[in-house]
Amino acid sequence: MDLFLQQILTGLANGAIYACLALAVVMIYQAIDHFNFAQGEMAMFSTYICWAMIAGGLPYWVAFFATIIISFVGGLAIERIIFKPLHSAPVLSHVVVFIGLVAIFNSTAGAIWDHTIKTFPSPFPDGSFAGLIGLHEIGMFFVTLIMLLGIFGFFRFTRIGMAMQAAAANPDSAGLVGIRVGWMLALGWGLAAAIGAVAGMMIAPIVFLDPNMMLGILLYGFASAIVGGISSPGGAVAGGFLVGIIENLAGTYIPAIGSELKLTVALILIVTVLLFKPNGLFGKTIVTRV
Amino acid sequence: MSQILEVKGLEASYGPTKVLHGLDFSLDQGGVTTILGANGAGKTTTLRAISGMVTRSGKISLAGTELSSLSTADITRRGIAHVPEGRGTFVRMSTEDNLRLGAYSRNDKAAIAEDMERVYTYFPILKQRRGQQAGTLSGGEAQMLAVGRALMLRPRLLLLDEPSFGLAPLIVQELFAILKRINDEEGVSMLLVEQNAALALELADHAYLLETGNIVISGTSESILENETVRRSYLGY
Repeated sequence: MDLFLQQILTGLANGAIYACLALAVVMIYQAIDHFNFAQGEMAMFSTYICWAMIAGGLPYWVAFFATIIISFVGGLAIERIIFKPLHSAPVLSHVVVFIGLVAIFNSTAGAIWDHTIKTFPSPFPDGSFAGLIGLHEIGMFFVTLIMLLGIFGFFRFTRIGMAMQAAAANPDSAGLVGIRVGWMLALGWGLAAAIGAVAGMMIAPIVFLDPNMMLGILLYGFASAIVGGISSPGGAVAGGFLVGIIENLAGTYIPAIGSELKLTVALILIVTVLLFKPNGLFGKTIVTRV
Repeated sequence: MSQILEVKGLEASYGPTKVLHGLDFSLDQGGVTTILGANGAGKTTTLRAISGMVTRSGKISLAGTELSSLSTADITRRGIAHVPEGRGTFVRMSTEDNLRLGAYSRNDKAAIAEDMERVYTYFPILKQRRGQQAGTLSGGEAQMLAVGRALMLRPRLLLLDEPSFGLAPLIVQELFAILKRINDEEGVSMLLVEQNAALALELADHAYLLETGNIVISGTSESILENETVRRSYLGY
């Protein structure tokens, strides 16, 4: 029983990270209709920036919030500089640019900070809660949860949040009510980059810091987005927790999977959901009367 | 009478295909003008060109302000509200959020609340539907929402693209009566594009006839109604 509870709790904690990446991916998907393959590498790069600041002597939380702001500005800049000129380019151009970004961030991080694996500090104390789950995992869960709630509050209750939703849903109409659609897209990129940065900084103490740290995690993020429904930010977050739990339980209780083949679970989930429920578990089918 | 909008040499194209070939027209302050024409004549494109939604060239000035180099959002902020073809409501958002977004570029909270009530007075059905997802509204309700959202801008000029499209005749009568009231009571100038020429000429005081991207006839509604070509081709008697 303890093992079961332990796996569920760990699943929830990891799930919070997947939820963040899923949300970041969904936000950009809603705006430009493509998966941002570079989301994970952007998060990895942000985490390195945080590491460098801490190594330079800044207190953890100062570096943490500074990294969020730097990532936000960086995301914004990527949209304005790279994706804005590609606005009406075909799908393939976007895909190629995403792959280019993956390579650029990965090699730049390797070039600046070299490829050796580094430890990343946790702001939370060592130790565990009742021997079930580490305190870092608990802290990570709450940090990401607070952020996710903040993001949803922002979209639901602020004028800019509403405008961002409108710009993603119907750019033509958004322009016709005076929303500057291009800037809303850029803001979406900034937010997505900031969300990814938090996920990266929170998961780094567990997976350690290296240029490839986010590869597997992004795959779980994609799986979460698809399981939850690529059209639904709330669904993507729920999908994140679900994937976290499923992955842990499958790894523990299905001997054939173990910890070696866990990542395969993510791929199986992606294929299964796309085959049987392409809108995802929570993806809304838009009701329209004519 | 003074002019709210003056258009000179307006050309517009989709990719390599030129759709408008140099239109000259003007709209009276406080008046209702209609653009008539067959499918593909360029009516919708004319509205989209004014709103900066297609590549265009030529001069468009709103009460002296040049619009031809501005973006759609900035043109809207100058006071042109465009009710697009197919209504363009935000289907996943509630009716009230749609109206609220109509006032996105304004900051006067109290006046916005007042205008919301005014829209609900024009369209009481929207008040009943205020919490409902816009995508679940009927065609007539969605069109009313689209017009209501445009009014939330407190526009100087309202562009209406086929507001009668797909609506039952009774609903069309109701909608056009309200448009007339808005024009009479608030003095909002309107540019109306319609397939239903008889209906459009009833509301409008001025009309232009568009054929393959050129204006071929223009005049007051009365004179257009008496025009032999218009009668035969667009009014059917």
